Amino acid sequence: MEHTQRTEVTAPLPSMAAPPPPSPDPQFVLRGTQSAVHALHFHSGAQGQGCPLLFSGSQNGLVHIWSLQTRRVLTTLDNHGGQCVTWLQTLPQGHQLLSQGQDLRLCLWDLTEGRNAVVDFVHLESMGFCRGSTLAMGQQRWTLAVPGKGTDEVQILEMPSKTSVCTLKPEADAKPGMPMCLELWQADSSSRPLLLVGYEDGSVALWDISQRKVCSRVACHTEPVMSLDFDSQKTRGVSGSAEKALAVWSLDEQQALQVCRTHEITNPGIADVKIRPDHRILATAGWDHRIRVFHWRTMKPLAVLAFHSAAIHCVAFANDGLLAAGSKDQRISVWSLYTQT
Amino acid sequence: MEPAAVAAAVRLAVQEAVRTLRSSEDGGTVLSALGRLQRFLGGTDAPALPDEQQEFARLHLATVLRCLVSRLSPAWLELLPAGQLEELWASFFLKGPADQAFLVLMESIEATEGPSFRLMKVAELLARFLGAGRLTAVLEGQCRQPQEPAFPLFQETLLARLVGLPDLLGNQLQRENLTIFLPQNYFPLLAKETARALGTVVDSLRGGSDCSVSFVSQVLGKACVQRRHKEVLGVLVPQLTVLTEGSCLWQRVCWRLLEQVPDRATEAVLTGLVEAVPGPEVLSRLLGNLVVKNKKAQFVMTRKLLFLQYRHKTQELRSLLGYLALDSQRRPMLVQVLKELLETWGSSSAIRHTPLEQQCYVSKAVLLGLGLLDEVELRASREELLASLMAGVSCRLDSSLPAARRLGMVVAEVASARIQPEGPPLKFQYQDDELSRELLALATPQPVGDSPSRTSLQAASAPAETPEKGALGDGAPQTQPQGSDSEPDSDDEFVPYDMSGDKELKSSKAPTYVRDCLEALSACEDWERWEAALRALEALVLRSPAATREVSVELTRALLHLEERTSVVGFDGLRQRALVAVTVTDPAPVAEYLTSQFYTLNYSLRQRMDILDVLTLAAQELSRPGRLRKAPQPSSPGPPSWPDNAPAPAWRAVVEERIRGKTRRFSRGSARSIPAGDPNSFSAVAGYFFFPLIQRFDRPLVTFDLLGDDHLVLGRLAHTLGALMYLAVNTGAAVAMGKALLEFVWALRFHSDAYVRQGLLTAVSAVLLSMPAQRLLEDLPDELLEVRSWLADVAEQDPDEDCRALAVKALLLLQKLSDKLLPLTAP
Repeated sequence: MEHTQRTEVTAPLPSMAAPPPPSPDPQFVLRGTQSAVHALHFHSGAQGQGCPLLFSGSQNGLVHIWSLQTRRVLTTLDNHGGQCVTWLQTLPQGHQLLSQGQDLRLCLWDLTEGRNAVVDFVHLESMGFCRGSTLAMGQQRWTLAVPGKGTDEVQILEMPSKTSVCTLKPEADAKPGMPMCLELWQADSSSRPLLLVGYEDGSVALWDISQRKVCSRVACHTEPVMSLDFDSQKTRGVSGSAEKALAVWSLDEQQALQVCRTHEITNPGIADVKIRPDHRILATAGWDHRIRVFHWRTMKPLAVLAFHSAAIHCVAFANDGLLAAGSKDQRISVWSLYTQT
Repeated sequence: MEPAAVAAAVRLAVQEAVRTLRSSEDGGTVLSALGRLQRFLGGTDAPALPDEQQEFARLHLATVLRCLVSRLSPAWLELLPAGQLEELWASFFLKGPADQAFLVLMESIEATEGPSFRLMKVAELLARFLGAGRLTAVLEGQCRQPQEPAFPLFQETLLARLVGLPDLLGNQLQRENLTIFLPQNYFPLLAKETARALGTVVDSLRGGSDCSVSFVSQVLGKACVQRRHKEVLGVLVPQLTVLTEGSCLWQRVCWRLLEQVPDRATEAVLTGLVEAVPGPEVLSRLLGNLVVKNKKAQFVMTRKLLFLQYRHKTQELRSLLGYLALDSQRRPMLVQVLKELLETWGSSSAIRHTPLEQQCYVSKAVLLGLGLLDEVELRASREELLASLMAGVSCRLDSSLPAARRLGMVVAEVASARIQPEGPPLKFQYQDDELSRELLALATPQPVGDSPSRTSLQAASAPAETPEKGALGDGAPQTQPQGSDSEPDSDDEFVPYDMSGDKELKSSKAPTYVRDCLEALSACEDWERWEAALRALEALVLRSPAATREVSVELTRALLHLEERTSVVGFDGLRQRALVAVTVTDPAPVAEYLTSQFYTLNYSLRQRMDILDVLTLAAQELSRPGRLRKAPQPSSPGPPSWPDNAPAPAWRAVVEERIRGKTRRFSRGSARSIPAGDPNSFSAVAGYFFFPLIQRFDRPLVTFDLLGDDHLVLGRLAHTLGALMYLAVNTGAAVAMGKALLEFVWALRFHSDAYVRQGLLTAVSAVLLSMPAQRLLEDLPDELLEVRSWLADVAEQDPDEDCRALAVKALLLLQKLSDKLLPLTAP
């Protein structure tokens, strides 16, 4: 094991015959959520105002806002009735936070100037763990994708007006199961919003929202897709599932998905997968308590971070490259790996 | 001139000359007499008439030569200057008819006592005789059809002299022997001369005159009987190989030569020939259809070399069977031989009573023979072959010797693929070793010369190779993408961190208490917990002996019935180590339980053998010296008979400290600590291990019959009892155990299974090693005598090599024992 790794290191850089550097330690660890961490989101703060923040959502329904400067909790938000918070997302236009909870509510928080009040909420109709996805459509408008009423449906909403745009329901004979993860995106060249959905049967489908039809669907896994992320520059995406492999797939000009490769990992179960905003590395949250870091272009394994003592539920990247992982062991570890020099 | 007159004239002349030679001391007279005689040999200026020469050679030469030898002395040779006389003397032997000269020389060597001038001279002359190639002349003389019927006594003498020359010369000359007379030099020379003589025979046959090679055949036969076949045939066969190629006449001479070998030498010659030829074609060319014509040759080739001997190399077998396959007249014989070979291979009695090497030999012959049969012949006798094959396979798979089982598997795979190529291939799991590889290599038939079945052989070998290619083809595309995976990207500055810690995750926590383990193992559906419990058990048991003792029997029961339901790596080892740990911690009750379970219903053979293994290992651990000191707390089953074990070191330390403080030492030797003695923990419990096992072996159960089919377990039982006996050395129970064990051995000593016998022999050795010598002799004198005679029997006659070796070892132990006792009783 070690030997093969060493050769991999020395292959590109023959001068470096030294053994690989020891596995790094986290930069710091945030404790105090007192519950398993299920959602993480970095917020760099508006220009010049405030320090970078980290939002975390826990099993007990609380959302903690951490200051990355003092590494302390700044505020705690509690509006999910003790139900698990599964998704956190800030909106591009400043201090607004979306939080999705298992109490079937999606809350919109106003955090401007120290406020912490719910300004709006959307009632959800699906109990699953499927996280929503947003896409900015203009200065004030944005599109929201959330699991819909039927078990295999995805609902598209126009925000902030909360008007339902459409419901994406697979064809009757497809039977892909529940949607497990969603990713809204838009190609640079066109204005048509597209949606990637990872389904329960292990397939990933690309929906054209305006036409309400599936452009392409490909079976990536044999187990449910737990998480996916998409790199719209390279039109390549990665998905993790309950099985022992990561799948990398790509989208060609005809908007057809195809699996490029699968990457075997040691233990089964990937809860979350994120590509860093600079598209250079990606990180996975493993059920095996480990964070795995890969080179995004080559999928070369770079690090296996064994710090947590229970399954990891989520990973998140900040714009400056900081990596955070939230685990069932109630801790949030923050790492600085391969950050820009 | 009238023949009578010629005879008279020659007789007169010779008598006169011989008289002169006998009496005269004058050089000139001797010279003229010799000159007169030389005329009769021809080659001089005025030779005698041919009639006279013949008459001389026939009747008078021997007399003259004897006379010449008898005159030989330093003074006589000095009669003429410059060795003239010696030269002349020698020329009589070298130029005249070779057979008589040879015989006279040999005769005089034999008659001369001890090393002497005359003996040396004659020996030197004989060496010259041999060096000049005169042996060819001797042999030729016998091949040429004689005018009068050959005198059998003469030929007999000549034959004995020719072949016995090295012996005779060696005896006579002792240390003065010349190198040319050494057998390793003489016999190749004889072979070379034989080939030359045969060349003359071929020439004269071409010339139209009759010849007989029977004398050469006899020489060949006699040399081979005297175990000189390597030297003779090693030279002769390559020459004949070249000469017979493309010459029918040479081939016929060769066939005739081998046909006329006397019956009693046939085996020696044929065996040597099979060893010496490079391959079946040559053998076929040299032998012709001898096996068809000659009963004796047939017996040697088809029975003796195949069924009665097993020392020949594979190459020789290949030559032999290939020879049978090469001619249509001989092929029925091949089929017949093959059937018999397979029958032998499949006979259960043969499997039990022949050594393993012979079974290997027969296996090789079977595979080679199968490779030589063509499709038609195979189809004709398929049923018969398959039946014998399957019988042999099932017998071998029953065997308790791993080597025999493996042999059965390999041969079954290869032979069934050949006999029934269209059926589903038989596939066994066995470990490769040298033998199996060799056997597999035999299965790929080699094209044999101009064999009629060549094409069918190639057709048969083709399908055997395709699956391999297919496997390769499958493997190649798999490696391809991985290769592209690890392509170096030059612009990548990200150095991977150490990922060696990335192992399979065991999510379940290991139990901390022995009772938890027991619970997890006996009634748990959580497989990860189950596995963790199994992994943790050994350490837990060793750490907490008291807790283990409370549940030892239940724990043993759970472990004994444990099944490998999930594929846990190293399951067998984990289970066994845990069982051993439990047994060691609480020996008496657990051993009692295990031994009682050994003889109850509803256990598999595997479980019963596990019981035996665990008992052996636990006994070994218990009897290991220094076991208690290593353990941190001596709370483990320390025998109660050693109560002041712990305090002893304390006071001793104090005393030693005091001594050290008050004593002045001038020099200090290396402080060597003598290993402290320890009680043998096995001593107290040996009986629990041993006696329940040995008591009930002869009572069969419905599912378990030690004396019947389950001889594998019986063998294991014998080995276990031997090991327990050995481990019980220096214990009080050893005497009683030894007695019981010897009885057990006596009851089973003629068991047909080699593995059981090996176990019994081990047990005997253990008894001899462990029982006090004095007690052995006092209590069991009759048993020892019986054992001794049985061991001697086994050492000589057992078909199994390991059994013989074990018996010899046991005999040596017995011998040592009596040597040890003798000096005690002598004074």
